[in-house]
Amino acid sequence: MRLLAILALILSPMLPLAAQDSMPAAPYANRQLDDPAMEREAQDLMFTLRCLKCQSQSIADSDAPMAGDMRHQVRIRLMAGETPEQIRSWLVERYGDYVSYAPRVSASTWPLFALPLALFLLGAIILRRRLGRKGAAGL
Amino acid sequence: MIAELGLAALWLAAALAGLQLIAGVQSVRQPDGPLASLARPAAVIQGVLAAFAFLMLLWLFAQTDLSVKLVAANSHSAKPMIFKLSGAWGNHEGSMLLWVTVMALAGGLIGYLERRLPEVTMQATLATQAFVGLGFYAFLLLSSNPFERLATPVAEGMGLNPLLQDIGLAFHPPTLYFGYVGLSVAFSFALGALLTRQVTPNFARAMRPWVLGAWIFLTLGITAGSYWAYYELGWGGWWFWDPVENASLMPWLAATALLHSVSVLAARDALRAWTIMLGVVAFSMSMMGTFLVRSGVLTSVHAFAVDPERGTFILVLLGIYIGGALTIFALRAGTVQEGERFTATSREGALVFNNVMLSAILAVVLVGTLYPLLTEAFGIRVSVGPPYFNPVAAIFTLPMLAVMAVGPLLRWRRDGAKRISKPAVFLTICVLLVAVLVTYLSNASLLAILGLAFAAALAVGSLLPLRGRNLLRTPLATWGMVTAHFGIAVALFGMASESAFSIEKLVAARPGDMTEVGPWKITLDGIEPVAGPNWTALQADLRASYKGGSAITLQPQSRTFWSPERETAESALAARWNGQLYAVMGSGIEDGRRQLRLWWKPFVPMIWFGGILVALGGFLSLIGRLTADLKRHYVRRRSAERREDAQV
Repeated sequence: MRLLAILALILSPMLPLAAQDSMPAAPYANRQLDDPAMEREAQDLMFTLRCLKCQSQSIADSDAPMAGDMRHQVRIRLMAGETPEQIRSWLVERYGDYVSYAPRVSASTWPLFALPLALFLLGAIILRRRLGRKGAAGL
Repeated sequence: MIAELGLAALWLAAALAGLQLIAGVQSVRQPDGPLASLARPAAVIQGVLAAFAFLMLLWLFAQTDLSVKLVAANSHSAKPMIFKLSGAWGNHEGSMLLWVTVMALAGGLIGYLERRLPEVTMQATLATQAFVGLGFYAFLLLSSNPFERLATPVAEGMGLNPLLQDIGLAFHPPTLYFGYVGLSVAFSFALGALLTRQVTPNFARAMRPWVLGAWIFLTLGITAGSYWAYYELGWGGWWFWDPVENASLMPWLAATALLHSVSVLAARDALRAWTIMLGVVAFSMSMMGTFLVRSGVLTSVHAFAVDPERGTFILVLLGIYIGGALTIFALRAGTVQEGERFTATSREGALVFNNVMLSAILAVVLVGTLYPLLTEAFGIRVSVGPPYFNPVAAIFTLPMLAVMAVGPLLRWRRDGAKRISKPAVFLTICVLLVAVLVTYLSNASLLAILGLAFAAALAVGSLLPLRGRNLLRTPLATWGMVTAHFGIAVALFGMASESAFSIEKLVAARPGDMTEVGPWKITLDGIEPVAGPNWTALQADLRASYKGGSAITLQPQSRTFWSPERETAESALAARWNGQLYAVMGSGIEDGRRQLRLWWKPFVPMIWFGGILVALGGFLSLIGRLTADLKRHYVRRRSAERREDAQV
């Protein structure tokens, strides 16, 4: 009996995933919002969210059922008045940083944002050293 | 028998690469030693043998010899001939053999033809080329033998991934490989010159055609790859900053910088150390690209860790070549004398500025591509995509475009800012005007607005070097530069326009339904089944008319391949001068309606026309340089003959 309960507990989070393939697609998976401006917002957001079941595809261009469900979520949440960034945060909370193509500044991603700054400074120094002086020299 | 012949040729070619290396090294140390005359013939014969091995592989694929493991795993007797042949390089082993073959042929060509440089430099160059080649031969023969037989032949092959059964993709990888290999020749030249202390304008002239050639192929390869992704993957996008795309972009960025740097060295004897450094970096990026694509590390770091043989092999090669080259560079860079001097406002100054910008973009792409792999190894999964790459790359791209528009107007060595102030002001007005106009007329994003504005200014600026010149007497190389720069403007215009003005429509339609996408009216006439050689499909008949004009037909398909089993969406495109209509058929819905995805993408083909223009510019430049070289060679020979006559 206890074994069964544990089994049920393990399987329960998988149920929605297993059910997806047989269920009809969520209504807003492939249906655009009536408001063109809002649909554009949805599109822009969907292109920056990763399809978790594919290799290197955004949910905007994936045929996977799970991507369809995520598109549905994006559209109905926009309609309900959430901002794109709120929706992104909700998805990141649910699926982790991996789902968003727009990395956030965090303990594990700061080098990504330090890099352009470092490059900018480095570039400025190189150019100043090579070109800054009057009659500067060749490399 | 055929497979064994190929394998034997490959082993012999590897042995000749060994001989070429020993002979080259020995004759650098002892120019009139016993092996001195062997490196060049070894290079030529090695090229012939490698080409022979590759022909044997083509033969096996043409025959669909199912006793060969590679053929059985990647081919199928029912495939059209062209895809049977392209299947020879549409897999890991075959593509590595192609790489080695092209590299050996290139080595043979320089061994046979190149006589401008001091012989000792050529020997060092050929030795380097052989050293790089040996690594790849070892890789092929020890871990990826394309000629391996099966113990028992199979009855039928496994087939080729249907996504790869496409004429564009049949020629996309070889094009990129030609580019990579061209950069390997540039790398060998750079090391040869560095080792023998011959970093001279003559060396730059010998290296330049290879850099130019490689760059043309890379440009075409990226352009073709982008177009393939656009129409074959069926989601209407042309670039996704996917690691595989980045792997092809990085060598291009390095090669672009190298190309400009080597031109400065050839014309002005400046930027010596910088050119060598870029030569090393460009080839490093080619190998990095090969590692990323070929090792399986992209699918998952863990998959790579489980079966790391090939990836590790390439990584070790990368470490040896790049580490070795950088060490030699560090030891020898001090002996490379400083080149000619120049001021900030000079042609060289502008080129240095843009080389620094290109290097920064390269660093951003490199780190953005590798970072997720690095964190994944530590169990943290992050994604880095367009929202990161687009703005960060733009920080360095926009200043580069600005300098690119006026740089060619500057004189070599020393110039006053005053001389270009008029065109600079004019171009700035161009930028502002377009930016304001687009902001008013559309709700495009900031990057798209800037893209359109800079594209307009660059298009005008790129033509300015022709102003006041006799167009008939303008050198081909100048035409090449103008064409390539103009091509960049055209491509940028296409990219920004696609981002700013695209219209997408998703509909669920049943036959007879009509829908509108921007200026287009589109009717679904019907859906019918069709069959191809190795697939069946449902095909939609769409009738589309532009602003009420006469109708054209689009027939997107939903295809099912049966070996291997797989469904793909074949998009249908209709191009007008001002854009492309793009249609994809999706899955069916239970009430008999069918999902359709339609886009109107104004001016999107400009992206690829621009890419082709850039490559054409490179080609003009290459022809111009080569004919000039030939003329110089001819004149020198004539004058030598005359001198001999006079002595007699």
